[in-house]
Amino acid sequence: MNTLFEYLVRLGDDSLILGHRLSEWCGHGPILEEDIAMTNIALDLVGQATSIFKYAGEVEDKGRNEDDIAFLRFDKDYKNALLVEQPNEDFGVTMMRQFLFDAFRKPLFEQLTKSSDKHLAAIAEKSLKETKYHLKHSAEWVIRLGDGTEESHGRVQDALNTLWRYTDELFFSNEVDADLRSKGIVFSSEELKATWSEMVKEVLAQATLSIPDNGWQHDGGRKGLHSEHLGYILAELQYMQRAYPGMEW
Amino acid sequence: MANSEWPLWEVFIRSKQGLSHKHVGSLRAPDAEMAVDNARDVYTRRSEGISIWVVESNEIHASHPIDADSLFEPAHSKVYRHPTFYDVPDGISHM
Amino acid sequence: MAELNIKELERRFQEKIDNDQKIEPNDWMPERYRKTLIRQISQHAHSEIVGMLPEGNWITRAPNLRRKAVLLAKVQDEAGHGLYLYSATETLGADREETIDDLHSGKAKYSSIFNYPTLTWADMGAVGWLVDGAAIMNQVPLCRCSYGPYARAMVRVCKEESFHQRQGFEIMMTLAKGTPEQKAMAQDALNRFWWPSLMMFGPPDEDSKHTAQSMAWKIKRSTNDELRQQMVDITVPQAEMLGLTIPDKDLKWNEETKQYDFGEIDWNEFWNVVKGNGPCNKERLDARRKAKENGEWVREAANAYAAKQKMKKAS
Repeated sequence: MNTLFEYLVRLGDDSLILGHRLSEWCGHGPILEEDIAMTNIALDLVGQATSIFKYAGEVEDKGRNEDDIAFLRFDKDYKNALLVEQPNEDFGVTMMRQFLFDAFRKPLFEQLTKSSDKHLAAIAEKSLKETKYHLKHSAEWVIRLGDGTEESHGRVQDALNTLWRYTDELFFSNEVDADLRSKGIVFSSEELKATWSEMVKEVLAQATLSIPDNGWQHDGGRKGLHSEHLGYILAELQYMQRAYPGMEW
Repeated sequence: MANSEWPLWEVFIRSKQGLSHKHVGSLRAPDAEMAVDNARDVYTRRSEGISIWVVESNEIHASHPIDADSLFEPAHSKVYRHPTFYDVPDGISHM
Repeated sequence: MAELNIKELERRFQEKIDNDQKIEPNDWMPERYRKTLIRQISQHAHSEIVGMLPEGNWITRAPNLRRKAVLLAKVQDEAGHGLYLYSATETLGADREETIDDLHSGKAKYSSIFNYPTLTWADMGAVGWLVDGAAIMNQVPLCRCSYGPYARAMVRVCKEESFHQRQGFEIMMTLAKGTPEQKAMAQDALNRFWWPSLMMFGPPDEDSKHTAQSMAWKIKRSTNDELRQQMVDITVPQAEMLGLTIPDKDLKWNEETKQYDFGEIDWNEFWNVVKGNGPCNKERLDARRKAKENGEWVREAANAYAAKQKMKKAS
């Protein structure tokens, strides 16, 4: 198995699928300013997916470009975490999902800037700058919604209760990671989780939200076993490429 | 103002180091921190800035246009404040 | 100065306008000038915001990553443009939320073009090429509008929009040069968007009740028919270059006038769409109302949090 390719696909799919979800908000945000803010984040994520898949194509060396990888795989070949494919529901769910993800992505990109793979390190460096802002923005919102009105507190606590079960998977690690770790390309996911937990606890406390007791955690995304939601995402995402195969757009 | 509407803020952007902040427009935000975020997203999408100021619109105090004549016209006659008012003979430089 | 009668104030106001001086927010202005501006600028703002929907409809289905990013950025710009324009109306004392409520209640109008559906990817090309093309033609003269904040907003809008039409034309060009299916898709989009795009300039001059006064106030700088003619003259050669056919059997170069003669516009259709009977009027307004309603608790929460923080700071 080409472990670096596999890892890049995970990284790129997280960006692609979350970017897709956020882009569903475009034109429907709670206020114009936030519509623009969410689209900015979506644009960053689509940009990340583009550069990651481009590199993945080079690493794979089978002549696939970024669009082939983004649009022309079957559902089982998508390796994004289950968290990012969860539906937008309301703004509270969207911002909580974003926050839980950003709090993972920021320390991840921090680690990857030190990767022995220079290309990956460069992608991480650029993405880190973007992600720092995403995290700032989503944390600000989680705090405002959590410590806002009774209604907003209830909604965003519900969001946390629903999404919490998808957080452990962010730190999923198997032989792919072990191989890349031995080459100094990626780093410890335990360390990542410790940083994440600290950040999440701090912000949730400020937001007066409580971490759910239910300890059950789902996984599957990293192995290509998704929720029912991904199929519908792909139906839209791939529509043009599947309906009109092989054409230039 | 409807009850959920956010306050209005004026946005000032420094476009590059060495220039002063310049008024670029306004936006709505619930507080100063979000106003800066929103200003970044709304007014610097094309690298228009490197620094942002925001100030709540109702905190701005302005001169009134009705007073413009008395405020600004008296300065028009004081031409001696400008260097071009003075004759400097040919051959004199560095002045 | 305070004792000046209205007639004298109006005379000085018109003199300023005639001398191409800008009017700024706190300057004295006739009430009708203020109202006309609020109506025109808010209609323009509403058009930007409602205009996000037909294109937003294809973001998740964009055919490749580059097109997806471009479309996202373009629709986002429209939100920005709406925002700049609402800001301009706020300088005239029109509160943004109330202005938006007028849209939602059906009291305020927006450009009728956005009540047409976007059915294929080629519509993203046609909208960019024709609708943004028409919009730019309308907007460039507004950069010289007599009202300062509107003119400044338009300068920003025009600068940002310059990529919108190009990306649309690029989509059309790619399709026109593509497979027969793609070319047919492009032609179909042109067929559906051509006439509605010409309607974007508004009713013919003889039926446009606001034109004369707006021209005198330099809120408007060209008439509807002048701009429409300009649009036809510029677009016909572009369509030829694409190898697409403009759906107008009466379209013909007029050697005498050095411009294109074109067929009769179906004004009945135009007025019907304006009145709310277009294919998507209901969907568009429903989507905007829903966005506002669904955002209510979010905006309230942020205000509540801000109030709590202020209290904490004070104590």
